[in-house]
Amino acid sequence: MEIDPIIFRLSIFVLSIFVGYYVVWSVTPSLHTPLMSVTNAISSVIIVGAIIAGLSGDIKSIFDTSNMFGFLAIFLAAINIFGGFLVTQRMLQMYKKKKKNK
Amino acid sequence: MSANLLAIFYLISGALFILALRGLSSPETSRRGNLFGILGMIIAITVTFLSIGNFSIGFIYVSIFLLVGGSIGAFIAYKIPMTAMPELVAGFHSLVGLAAVFVAISAFLNPQVFNLGLPGDIKLSSLIEMSIGAAIGAITFSGSVIAFLKLRGIMSGSPIIFRWQHYINLLLALSIIVLIFYLCKTQSDSIFWKIIVISFLLGVLLIIPIGGADMPVVISMLNSYSGWAAAGIGFTLENTALIITGALVGSSGAILSYIMCKGMNRSFFNVILGGFGGTDSTLQKNRNKKPVKSGNAEDAAFLMKNASSVIIVPGYGMAVAQAQHALKEMADNLKKNGVKVSYAVHPVAGRMPGHMNVLLAEANVPYDEVFEQENINNDFASTDVAFVIGANDVTNPAAKTDPQSPIYGMPILDVEKSKSVLFVKRSLSPGYAGIDNELFYRDNTLMLFSDAKKMTEEIVKNFN
Repeated sequence: MEIDPIIFRLSIFVLSIFVGYYVVWSVTPSLHTPLMSVTNAISSVIIVGAIIAGLSGDIKSIFDTSNMFGFLAIFLAAINIFGGFLVTQRMLQMYKKKKKNK
Repeated sequence: MSANLLAIFYLISGALFILALRGLSSPETSRRGNLFGILGMIIAITVTFLSIGNFSIGFIYVSIFLLVGGSIGAFIAYKIPMTAMPELVAGFHSLVGLAAVFVAISAFLNPQVFNLGLPGDIKLSSLIEMSIGAAIGAITFSGSVIAFLKLRGIMSGSPIIFRWQHYINLLLALSIIVLIFYLCKTQSDSIFWKIIVISFLLGVLLIIPIGGADMPVVISMLNSYSGWAAAGIGFTLENTALIITGALVGSSGAILSYIMCKGMNRSFFNVILGGFGGTDSTLQKNRNKKPVKSGNAEDAAFLMKNASSVIIVPGYGMAVAQAQHALKEMADNLKKNGVKVSYAVHPVAGRMPGHMNVLLAEANVPYDEVFEQENINNDFASTDVAFVIGANDVTNPAAKTDPQSPIYGMPILDVEKSKSVLFVKRSLSPGYAGIDNELFYRDNTLMLFSDAKKMTEEIVKNFN
């Protein structure tokens, strides 16, 4: 009897939810805003699907509807990836330990 | 590159994303965490390019769209003021949602590229996964657009309510499920488009009844949705990185929603059903009867200078007035005079989780002077002055004393226990919950009616 590969993916999914649960609870509340912007950035890894769709065309089919949606998705996800990681970095720079004024 | 090797690289990038979130457990490790995240993303994108062996014309277009989008994103990230962070995050959520919809459409129209079968003959499991991903993505998109418009002030923050609202939403949600069922039976294009259109509509209708100050919950919830949408697409594309990330983001958003709801002592459904924040009919009566002590910057400066400890309580009003830099200057002046200064941040202060912390960090306030509610609430009793700037409901003692109050049971900051309370506020108008704050009328309260930034700057002038 063989196990459907979807079960393996489901296992990864369920275990990741648990990992997420414990990791996120350990995030300090003062960093909740960077948490949101970084989760934004990483969820844009959806761009891999868009790239596969975009790369699939040859010269004849490059402007097919399916390819165009792929390109648009790349564009949107790229805004998010660059924007999300950079704005997170910018915020985190502000949390550097400062010298106390006495 | 073999499929197995590819899958291992995706797994690595998923693991790096976990480390990125793990880094946020303390400010010291957070920057390294972010770098892990960036590394994970670079790996995922690079191996995807390498997996398509032959160089095709698509390569050029993909790079162009990637670079144009990337430059726009980088430009926004550098230009955006910190006070606009809630809108930015809402806007970014909408992009993730729409990207998920587009990838799902692309996979539906051209399934052979993703090994999902042929158009009109897509694998059943893939069809279910991609339509769920598309539906949640569409809800995330249109919901986030509404949240963005509300936060930006383009759309009024007050709830929009009409008859049968919740039944209509329920009906739309059920029809999406029914349509997905029929899509699986018929593989019809038109049903797929209908699912997406109805989901867009549902996203709008879900968010319009929710008022401005409940936005922390809304943003967290949409964060969670964008994760589940990504996970749905991850199953379709059989991509481990996407499944791991989707699960992480989904649970992250869910936990943040939970924390925000707890901060208001309201159930998730109470917030989502919306319509919160009316006006108190007894408000007008009280106002005429009760005397209010109001003061000016000189009084405030005198009080604080002679105090031995001051706790600053920032709220949304500080963000609106952009008073964080003036506030830091005031705190520095006080510290020079030997006054102990700390900051108390309520979980739902502002318009998104952690909003106040970011603004204070921007103004160079050391993060070890900023305290969460449970760590500072006992200190108010031994504090001389509580300086409340732009906050209201989160200090209202009615939450503890008046079971009739809509905010009864909400954990509040005990500012009333300090020796004197300074309120910087534009007017006596009630807060978001629409209820009066009895603290305004107490003997040891001094109201400072002014713009938060202007008042703080004047106080600084009066120190000298």
